[in-house]
Amino acid sequence: MNIPDGLYFTKEHEWVKIEGATATAGITDYAQHALGDVTFVELPKKGQGVKQFQLMATIESVKAASDIYAPVSGMIAEANDTLNADPGLVNQDCYAKGWIAKINLADPQETKNLLDPAAYKAYVEGL
Amino acid sequence: MAPFAGWNMPIQYEGIIAETLHTRSAVSCFDICHMGEFLLKGDPQTCGLERLVTARLCDMPTGSCRYGSILNEKGGVLDDLIVYRKGPADWMIVVNAATIEKDKKHFQAHLKPGTEFRDVSAETGKIDLQGPLSRDIIKTIAPKAANLGYYTFLETEVLGRPGLVSRTGYTGELGYELYLPSQEIPALWKKLLDDPRVKPAGLGARDVLRLEMGYSLYGQDIDEETTPLEAGLEKFVDFKKDFIGRDALTFKKKTGVSRRRVYLRALSRRSPRHEHHIFIDGEKKGLVTSGTFSPHLNCGIGMGFLDNAPAARGLDICVGDDKIKIEAVITDKPFVKHTSLKR
Repeated sequence: MNIPDGLYFTKEHEWVKIEGATATAGITDYAQHALGDVTFVELPKKGQGVKQFQLMATIESVKAASDIYAPVSGMIAEANDTLNADPGLVNQDCYAKGWIAKINLADPQETKNLLDPAAYKAYVEGL
Repeated sequence: MAPFAGWNMPIQYEGIIAETLHTRSAVSCFDICHMGEFLLKGDPQTCGLERLVTARLCDMPTGSCRYGSILNEKGGVLDDLIVYRKGPADWMIVVNAATIEKDKKHFQAHLKPGTEFRDVSAETGKIDLQGPLSRDIIKTIAPKAANLGYYTFLETEVLGRPGLVSRTGYTGELGYELYLPSQEIPALWKKLLDDPRVKPAGLGARDVLRLEMGYSLYGQDIDEETTPLEAGLEKFVDFKKDFIGRDALTFKKKTGVSRRRVYLRALSRRSPRHEHHIFIDGEKKGLVTSGTFSPHLNCGIGMGFLDNAPAARGLDICVGDDKIKIEAVITDKPFVKHTSLKR
């Protein structure tokens, strides 16, 4: 199970990387493994507002469709359009090429509602 | 792995898409030991077997298989199955795993008392070998079965042990189903995988492959509330003979069915799903019974029932629920054409 340092996590298995005022978000290795082959991602739209832990995107695999929640509140700055043609990037490289969206961070304090790598690792191991 | 009908089932090995593609391009083996097998002895007409199954059995040549259903008196499908004629009065019947006990009771209730009937599901193992290269593999493990024609079988040695091999399957590719005593299965599985051309495929890939062909899955696409008329399975019903459920089907044929099987192709990579609604002009007009992503067509596919509506090919529809709407079109089966099935 790959849980990189320097990221925050949610209990719904999203990750987020905070760089200044921009937050990059995706789904974790645990999530991509549980979903299996990803076949479609309904991406959020640029300029769309999202709220922490509210619906941000939908992801489909051969097995099922699942919701992706925003790990932080803010406005969508960019969505990863390469996933339209190649949604399998979420399986191959979930923490880099398989990112879902970049969010203009509304409130940096929200990271206190998230898990650090050690806490997420403990959470996943307890599932 | 996932629990199903008391078995711990392999859903996937390498990944559903990779396994699906490998089956259509090379050859895969599937562990199908959960399915049920009954042995039965008797003349089909005098022992009551003919009346139990929708397909005509009395004209089956020895060594052939036939697909059909068993129905209740209302014409609802109790199970779909394959009948193997091992001799003039010697039969094997292969049924679904979740329905073994129900089917057994139904057979025993309707066979003439004293008919020899045995449920050998527990001691019989089954491995499916499916894909365009499957004949090359069969040559190495059961050489006498290599030249079997479609829907025929042979009781023959498999790796030197007595078994049964049929040229049947659930993937739409050239393929074989191998029946052996359960204890022989691990050695066969290992031997198959020793060949670098063969990869294991799970039930996830099996579901995608059968759906790409438009094959029904019992319990999901057909059930006791569904008749073969609605389910597009009428060609496996012989109205020239007597069978349980015939009166109900004949009546339905006269009065018309209230829903009809349709095949759907999404205009995107989004997948129709079991229990999605089918919308025509924004109105709910039916239900999806199975749906998935087709790696061969690169789009979502599915099958379902359309209520009271002419199921015109090419009709634009939507499938989905309160949150999701997927544009799709009514099409024909099979979704994937020109396979190795009858090669």
